Amino acid sequence: MSLSQGVEAVESADSSAAGPPEEAAGGLWRDAFRRLRHNPTAILGAALVTIFVLVAIFAPLLAPYDPKVADLSQIRPGDFPGPSREHLLGLDSQGRDELSRIIYGARYSLLIGVVSLAVGATLGVILGLIAGAFGGWVDSLVMRLVDIMLSIPGLLLAIGIAALLGRSLKSVMIAIAVVNVPVFARLLRGSMLAQRRSDYALAARSLGVTRSRIVLQHVFPNSLGPVIVQATLALATAIIDAAGLAFLGLGSPDPSIPEWGRMLAETNSLLATEPLLALWPGLAIVLSVLGFYLLGEALREALDPKLRR
Amino acid sequence: MTRVQEQVDAIPGRGQGAAPLLEVRDLRVTFKSRGRRPVKAVDGVSLDVAPGATVGIVGESGSGKSVTSLAALGLLGKRGVEISGSVKFDGDDLLNMPEDELRAVRGKEIAMVFQDPMSSLNPVLTIGRQITEILERHRGLKGQDARDQAAELLLSVGIGDAVRRLKSFPHQLSGGMRQRVMIAMALACQPRLLIADEPTTALDVTISAQILELLRSLVVDSQTALVLITHDLGVVAGLCDQVHVMYSGRIVESAPRRALFANPQHPYTTGLLASVPRLDQPRGVPLLPIPGSPSDTLPWVDGCAFAPRCTRRVPESVGCPPALLPLEGSEPSHLVRCVNPVPEDHT
Repeated sequence: MSLSQGVEAVESADSSAAGPPEEAAGGLWRDAFRRLRHNPTAILGAALVTIFVLVAIFAPLLAPYDPKVADLSQIRPGDFPGPSREHLLGLDSQGRDELSRIIYGARYSLLIGVVSLAVGATLGVILGLIAGAFGGWVDSLVMRLVDIMLSIPGLLLAIGIAALLGRSLKSVMIAIAVVNVPVFARLLRGSMLAQRRSDYALAARSLGVTRSRIVLQHVFPNSLGPVIVQATLALATAIIDAAGLAFLGLGSPDPSIPEWGRMLAETNSLLATEPLLALWPGLAIVLSVLGFYLLGEALREALDPKLRR
Repeated sequence: MTRVQEQVDAIPGRGQGAAPLLEVRDLRVTFKSRGRRPVKAVDGVSLDVAPGATVGIVGESGSGKSVTSLAALGLLGKRGVEISGSVKFDGDDLLNMPEDELRAVRGKEIAMVFQDPMSSLNPVLTIGRQITEILERHRGLKGQDARDQAAELLLSVGIGDAVRRLKSFPHQLSGGMRQRVMIAMALACQPRLLIADEPTTALDVTISAQILELLRSLVVDSQTALVLITHDLGVVAGLCDQVHVMYSGRIVESAPRRALFANPQHPYTTGLLASVPRLDQPRGVPLLPIPGSPSDTLPWVDGCAFAPRCTRRVPESVGCPPALLPLEGSEPSHLVRCVNPVPEDHT
């Protein structure tokens, strides 16, 4: 909500010829966007993320082969054909095209990352909003619940939940979503507490605006900045967690689904003879995660009030 | 100068004809935090504001002037704050009013304008939305009616091209424009009392003069009562009928504007006046700052809080707190809290 309004603000500020530039420099999102454009880290991150997303969306067009079809005729134990003109990244132990599997793998990583994050962040934001809006014992109750969840290491919690729910993509998503809930709840609540003490909240109160309106219309949209930064960073973590769970055998039970984490796990026994097969999915994970991290960190810097002129 | 000890304070601003619109009696605000000494931010303030009157509250940072107004409107938090005394608006006790009734008073009957227009507007909402919000809340206006009224309000505070400006975000406006918007919001429901808390402090001198002129034309001339909180005696000189000077949570001098500037009686008031640069003084005359800082105070129960910094300190300053009373031979509306007031020919 605040993001789209911020974008509108940027656009209307650009189109209206009003005033000198320093007059318009106060806009949080406009300011942040301008800094992002001048930050090489942000551009690199954004480029990596864009490539990753495009690959995921257009996987059927980009992949040269069907990632699930095995061509066992070319495979002999201990001797897999390496990179060649037909198979740029070689074949895996089942005779499937490695490049196609990497490309389709982006889909699963993005799907798991986005869905689990959307669910986790939404629930977390709702909890944080409840805690931040009501305060008092409601706040204490929600925050103690959050403390309990945060006291368990994230990946451990995810493994536990995924194991409990059985092997499926859905349980991986649920597990990662649950891990994200307390992070977002705590973040939004803290941000709202700070915003509630702001001058404009006091000014709105002094003019008789009702409490619910102040919380929903004034405090909440202004508290979302850190949440959006966290969402970018959490997407990176979600991809790692998804790969980690798949590596541990907690992903989908269907072995033909090309998950990067599972692909890593499958090359476990082949490391001595075919190290390249471990390199490709590892590289894919590293680059996609790096993209989100760089973008998230740059966004955090761009939004940091201490660094704003 | 003989005074009966333990005298009760006279009420500043009283006796100006009609029943007061705002009646503050013995307001005390104490901030308590664990492990620290409680801070008496407001320590027994009484004052009356008549309908349509313009009252200035002057004092340096920490003298309790802002806290007085926030406490009166119930805008201080509940935790760690102790408020006693009474604040009556048109006969209704604001301090004991339920929160939802108080909300109906705020903005509709009493409105506030704050110091920093940069941070007093919500950065993510258009100013149009922020003005119509008040109109919806208190006057039940909706949709196009509310937008028309908001545009009219912007025009009335001197913002041209109002319909387009309604779609602006706060960061697209200059500081002076934002303060105009704040004033438009405060006046949206034609309140009977406007409290302006340092409305010009964050602005340039030229812009500040425009804002004061705006306040004069919209508030003073329309018979809306105005309480102007400021540390700037120049602002007071231009606008206010009655001036209360606060120090360390109490009113130390209270007088009609002319009397205060012609014949300041409290050493703190003369100190404030002497520390303001004046164009009619020759070059090279040094400004006379008040020595010490507001933290060098005496608790009022032990005597005059200003005594540690006072150049006219006498042994009687310490021991028993002086009462706020008119001096013998001066106007009954000119009250001073001092055992050794400044004689008339001093300035």
